[in-house]
Order: sequence, then structure tokens, then C-alpha cells
Amino acid sequence: MIPDLTLELILYSTALGLVSIGLAGLVLSRHSFRRVLALVIAEAGANLMLVLAGYRWDAVAPIVTTLGKQPQMVDPVPQAMVLTAIVIGVGIQALAVSILIRIHQRYHTLDRNEMAELMDAEIAATAGTARDVSQESPLGERPIPPITGSAVQARGGRS
Amino acid sequence: MRNLTGLLFAGGLGFMLLSIAINLDFGTPTMLIGGAIQSKALQETGATNIVTSVVLGYRGIDTLGELSILFAAAASAGLILGRRHTTAGTQTAGGFVLRHGGSMLFPLLMTIGFYIIFHGHLSPGGGFQGGVILAAAFFLPLLARPGAQLHHGTLSLIEGFAGASFVLIGLIALQQGKAFLQPMLIQDTLGVLLSAGTLPLLYLAVGLKVGAELASLLSHLAQTESDV
Repeated sequence: MIPDLTLELILYSTALGLVSIGLAGLVLSRHSFRRVLALVIAEAGANLMLVLAGYRWDAVAPIVTTLGKQPQMVDPVPQAMVLTAIVIGVGIQALAVSILIRIHQRYHTLDRNEMAELMDAEIAATAGTARDVSQESPLGERPIPPITGSAVQARGGRS
Repeated sequence: MRNLTGLLFAGGLGFMLLSIAINLDFGTPTMLIGGAIQSKALQETGATNIVTSVVLGYRGIDTLGELSILFAAAASAGLILGRRHTTAGTQTAGGFVLRHGGSMLFPLLMTIGFYIIFHGHLSPGGGFQGGVILAAAFFLPLLARPGAQLHHGTLSLIEGFAGASFVLIGLIALQQGKAFLQPMLIQDTLGVLLSAGTLPLLYLAVGLKVGAELASLLSHLAQTESDV
């Protein structure tokens, strides 16, 4: 069943499409700045959805222009909420970008995997411990050499 | 594989939300609060822009919380980028057109920013929008002259004063036996600049606070050294 292409379908699919694009960018992208931008797109979609929730067919913007009998107006409450949400969004983005600047100054990369790798290595180096390797990872080439006591301790086990 | 699952997730979520949204009543909001506010806002606040009376009157504590979120974001960005960096040597100065264009735009941006703030209770606009324009006015010279500095002490003084006066206006309303942030003072003539009681004062405080906060945030971002 395919519904008719009404105005409401177009508006809703625009808003939710923006949210989906933003989420897809968050999931798919590995570059951290692109993930921030994806978050911005998703936020725009959410704001559009909020404004649509207060829309009326037969109404004007919620600003009084004549005394006496007032025409129907759209719901002002979602508009006020979106007004504050936009400003909060700007603050969050600025905070995220400033964190990214610091990360880039430190590691010279914004790729998520490389970043995590470098941070892991630095944390291990600062703490003076071995890198956090998986307990299940093979010790070396097969045939596996006998495990010495110090190797077990280095991997977090007790000898 | 990872890309495929990501796409499936986003597409499926979008489809699910759309199929929920399409069953909503579009164009006939079921919320009653909007209509109730519309019928009373003119008598209770005297502001012709009903969004303003919602932002500052009916949901004033919300706005206060929102200002504190903005303050927290600006403060933590300042904390992260805290160390004094100067970009004086690393960035080339703007050309003739950029520098003088920036200087010429500054008074115009200030004028329109304050116009939007002062008419926030009469027409579309208000403290948030005007504050962003004020921040742009102060940030533009920084873009044209990379060595220039904004005085952070003055900015935080303006910001603190604006935030304190917002709370103070709310407390005065409490002291007079009304609700916190309830509009006071003259409300009589509808649609003139001096109407709607304390709402324009509150919006002025919001505008100054948003402007000062965003300007200091942007200048922090701009002055961070790009030692790539």
C-alpha cells in the first residue's frame, strides 16, 4: 500500500529523513568532525518535526496584528521550545568542536579508530602497563610456545 | 558489512518513525495548551508576539535553565581551550576589502542586533536571535584581523551582569507576591515599544548574555593555535 503524496507526507518524510541521514552519518562515518556534522543534521530534523507538531491548516503565525477578533494561530509552545533547542544546539556544537581541536592537536588525526588506538597506547604508556590485549588473542605463531609466568602476569592473569 | 548494517539501522529507524508520524493528526494539534495560552497571553503579558510570552512568561524557568546550559557549554569550551594561544604569527591578515568591510558592517550589525532584541515582544525576533547577531558583530573584526583580541574580562562581566539581572527580575516578581518571572510593570498599550512589562528587560538580558557567551566562545575557537 502506497499512501498518496500529500503535503503532510512530504513534510514528515523531510523531517524524519533528516533525522535518518544524521543517524546514518553517525553510524557510518569514522571521521569525528563528520559525526558532529551528522549530529547537526539530525538535530535540524528533530527541530523541524517539533515545529510540524504545532502546525494548523487554517492559522497564521502567533503574532497579534489586530485588536478584537483574533484569527486562528499555530501553536506557539513548540516554536518556543525549538527556539531554545537551536541555541542549546549551537553551544553543544561549539563544545564538541573545541574537544576535537584539542584531540587533533594531540594526536594529529580525527579518525575514530586511529584516535582510540593512540589514546589506548598513551594510557597504557602513562600507567606503565602493557597494552590491553584480548584474553582470547593468540600468543604467537603456532605451535604455541609454553606460557611463561611473566607472560601470564602481563596479560592480567595470575601465575 | 558494517556499512550495510548501519544503513539498514538508519533506514529502518526512519521508516518506523515515519509510519508512526503518518498516523498523527497533521494540521490539527491535539495539544490544548497552545490554544489556552493564545486566548490569555494578550491580557496576561501584553506582548503581541505570543512566542515571546511563552519563552519568557509561561516557560521562563525553562529559559533560565537553557541559559545555564549555554553558560555551561561556553565555560567548558573555555576550559578545554583554556591556555593562552595567539594566532598573530600563524594567520595572514585579511586584505583591504575584508578589513574595511568588517569595520563597516560592525555598526550595522550592532544596530540590527539591538533592534531585534528590543522588538522581540512585538514582532518575530528576540533575545536569542539578536544575541547571535551581536556575537557575529564582535566576531567579524576578529576574522578580518587575526591578531585582534576580544577583552574576555569585559565579556564575562556583561554575561554575569545579564544573567544576574534575569534572575533578579524573577526574584522581584516573587517578592511582590507573584510567581517567579511573572511579567510586571506597565502592560497597558498593546504594540508599542514600552509594553509587556518586564518582558523586554528579560529579553535584553537574554540577548546580552547570549551575545557575550557566543562571542567569547567564537574568539576562543578562533584564537586556538593551529599547530598542524
